[in-house]
Amino acid sequence: MSASDWEAVVGVEVHLQLATESKMFCGCPVRFGAPPNTLVCPVCLALPGALPVPNALAIRHAIRVALALGCSIHRESRFDRKNYFYPDLPKGYQISQFDRPFGYDGALELPSTSAFAGHRIRIRRVHLEEDTGKLIHDADPRQSVVDLNRAGTPLVEIVTEPDLRDADEVYDYLRELHLTLSYLGVSDCDLEKGSMRCEPNVSVRRRGATELGTKTEVKNLNSFRHVRDAMRYEVTRQIELIESGGSVVQETRSWNPETGRTAAMRAKEEAHDYRYFPEPDIAPITTSEAELDAIRSELGESPAARRARYLETLGLPSEHADVFLHDPAMAALFDATVAEGADAKAVAPWIVGDLQRERNERAERNASTDVLAIAPASLARLLALVADGTLSTALAREVLTAVLDSGESPDRIVEERDLAQISSADALTPAIEAAIEANPRAVEDIRAGNDKAIGALVGHVMRTTKGKANPALVNQSLRERILGA
Amino acid sequence: MSSQRASTPDESVREISRAVRDGERSAESVTRAYLDRIDALDDRVGSFLTVDRDGAVEYARKLDRRREAGATLGPLAGVPVAVKDNLCTNGLRTTCASRLLESFVPPYDATVVSRLRDADAVVIGKTNLDEFAMGSSTENSGFQPTRNPWDLERVPGGSSGGSAAAVAAGFAPAALGSDTGGSIRQPAALCGVVGLKPTYGRVSRYGLVAFASSLDQVGPITYDVDDAALLFSVIAGPDPHDDTTAAPTATNGSESSPDADRSDLHGLRIGIPREYFPDSLPEDVSLPVRAAIDRLRGAGADVREVTLPHTNVAIATYYVLANSEASSNLARFDAVRYGRRIEHDSDSLAMMAKSRSAGLGPEVQRRIMLGTFALSAGYYDAYYGKALAVRDRLRADFESAFDDVDALVAPTSPLVAFPLGSKVSDPVSMYLCDILTASANLAGIPALSVPCRDAHPLPVGLQILGPRFSEERLFRIGRAHEELSAAPLPRSPIAMASAEGDAS
Repeated sequence: MSASDWEAVVGVEVHLQLATESKMFCGCPVRFGAPPNTLVCPVCLALPGALPVPNALAIRHAIRVALALGCSIHRESRFDRKNYFYPDLPKGYQISQFDRPFGYDGALELPSTSAFAGHRIRIRRVHLEEDTGKLIHDADPRQSVVDLNRAGTPLVEIVTEPDLRDADEVYDYLRELHLTLSYLGVSDCDLEKGSMRCEPNVSVRRRGATELGTKTEVKNLNSFRHVRDAMRYEVTRQIELIESGGSVVQETRSWNPETGRTAAMRAKEEAHDYRYFPEPDIAPITTSEAELDAIRSELGESPAARRARYLETLGLPSEHADVFLHDPAMAALFDATVAEGADAKAVAPWIVGDLQRERNERAERNASTDVLAIAPASLARLLALVADGTLSTALAREVLTAVLDSGESPDRIVEERDLAQISSADALTPAIEAAIEANPRAVEDIRAGNDKAIGALVGHVMRTTKGKANPALVNQSLRERILGA
Repeated sequence: MSSQRASTPDESVREISRAVRDGERSAESVTRAYLDRIDALDDRVGSFLTVDRDGAVEYARKLDRRREAGATLGPLAGVPVAVKDNLCTNGLRTTCASRLLESFVPPYDATVVSRLRDADAVVIGKTNLDEFAMGSSTENSGFQPTRNPWDLERVPGGSSGGSAAAVAAGFAPAALGSDTGGSIRQPAALCGVVGLKPTYGRVSRYGLVAFASSLDQVGPITYDVDDAALLFSVIAGPDPHDDTTAAPTATNGSESSPDADRSDLHGLRIGIPREYFPDSLPEDVSLPVRAAIDRLRGAGADVREVTLPHTNVAIATYYVLANSEASSNLARFDAVRYGRRIEHDSDSLAMMAKSRSAGLGPEVQRRIMLGTFALSAGYYDAYYGKALAVRDRLRADFESAFDDVDALVAPTSPLVAFPLGSKVSDPVSMYLCDILTASANLAGIPALSVPCRDAHPLPVGLQILGPRFSEERLFRIGRAHEELSAAPLPRSPIAMASAEGDAS
């Protein structure tokens, strides 16, 4: 049997650390990199008698995530306790959500730019929970120690149905999810720092089969590429295992990016019974239709809607659209410039090309100028000056630099520097005459049919007009004058 | 003894605070007088686990200095209060009567404790309890039993037995307890003092070491109803640290003023729940309770029989829910961050298991196991899920009763104080002590226990239950009950003893 007789079945759990000022159930700050156990209080240390009070902003953020992923929202949601013992879990239970998560039954569609365009990955649930502390094993040779700064940090968990069938599809799903989440401003979505964590579970089955195979869960994945590589490895491993007569063991496996392999984290997976029950310390949370509307109104444009607008409505090439999708500041300038009346397809290359180049140059010499802070009206005006023939593209670039340096309007710079293109035939006559007089040989060549000889004459005109002459007009005037046509 | 007149246990919270506010007596002299009584007599009773002699005197002196500097002191000015040892006190050991927390010193005050301090009360010490409030006799303490001041061979009830005994013995004019299934009311009844279990959510649980979060409430234990009402007014009210606290709404919080004729009950409908007077109820309990009900009727109350049909399943429901929550609430006592640790070489989970096995007493371990079982996969629906459904029925029982009557009156405990050791080997008979009290916790309603003054020789409590947020109505009925009693408020033999030790 060949690999093509098999298909992978993957579901993904993503944990997203919310960028709130304070923790999920107490007032301690959420901060990365503080000295161990300095961001703690009776609540997140689980001292006797301490009680959790839910962070209203975290709840709002979780509902934003759920809405952005097309979820239905439970009007009455609640927290539950997930009970297990571990030294990094101070209360002996994690406050999570069991059967009344904030969001359920959503979906994320893979973008038109993906090889899996149009695939709808169903989102089973979006719920809110608290992070654990961190065990540190190398600080003391005799024992492990625990840092509880992270304990109680709000986490949103996003769980898909097992709808993914390919490592590349998992990769595309995660990229689109990351883009969607980053638009919400609820998290820094940083995989390296662990503020976004992906835990795919994967099984394989023969094509056409409907029942699911035994799955493994893969951890230690701190980039989307690692996820893709780990999925490829794990799918191959499972297929080979089954084909050689073995069977997959349900277990958690760790990805090793050095070796490019997964390895079982524990010899045998313990059967957990988390004994979920409703958290009695926190009243059920009701969300009214009005509150939902308010949150919906803050969502802004989704990446999917923006992508459709750029590609389909405005007709941008996908490389430009893609830059704007991933760079909200550029996208904002683009939208504002278009709103000032500029032609979308003309603006895009200026922002993606010229402004980006200016940005890089300034970054190299450590200039503090924010090129994207250029007034959209100025940029629109600059493009209008190019469109009506006042400025050549080359001069327009010079004006752009000057606008960025001085903050003056393009019109002012054109006037100060006398850069307006000479676009009237009458105004060009003296320069045309001078060029013909100075180049009799070229004139002869042209009359003899050597069309290329006109270059020398055009160059002469451009020099005498300091580059301001409209090159097309110069060309046409010279031909009329020499050939009489 | 101090130069000023020593406190006698006849003094009420109101009298002490008035005298201290007016400068007739110093907070220090009051505090020292009670400390002297504790020093002289508590070795017979065993009501305190920790007496904060230095801290209490120092705090009292501070109050005196503030008053001398012109400040008006608060409503509990200079009143020594004994606090159950499952309420966190900043800098003062809080053990929950558990060996595991033998040396735990909280870095913060429970909200009720800081409200006491804000009202200028003096926290005099921490009282004994059944370990983690699990029990009805205070014999499950990891440190010592507490004895009933009325008869030292009998239990004070529990789990707030230390607080009830301390008030009954005259070691403090007031105490705080906690009530999960009757743990304030039952010991108050057995010790002949007043105890209030407030409406769930009326008093903050922040800093109360949780036994069963959906049932626990903190409340006062005092000599009389007016003192209970005063302490309640100090500790009640919403707390931003407890998400389950709630304020009464305008419609359910109002009640006639206490200045009206205190014994006139015309217009008040009182229900007698049939199920709370089973044939098995002993006469030493039923006779004083029925006599009290007759007096209420005589004062104009419209007394009628009502039914609470799910009462017979309340105790089973209570123990499933309370133990389930307890199994989770007590998981934090893993000896990782605090608590007595038994080191173990193999791994941290083994260390936790060893520490918990060594530090937690047998009743606590039994309840953790029962609760863990009730929440387990495959058993949840049959136990925890079913108990939640029955809880709704019990609530509905009370709601429909309160459609017809304003309050219910019943005995607090089916038994008077029983001899020490008589029930320790039979947990189920101990659990049945809560049979008349646990329903109020399940329904979240307030209930007050007041002594029947004509009970003899051991105290009997009259329990008054009302709809959510009806505490003022309960106080009104409780005061009428006090006024209508011919006998004066009886005092325990220990309370009658002087600090010099003239009683044996």
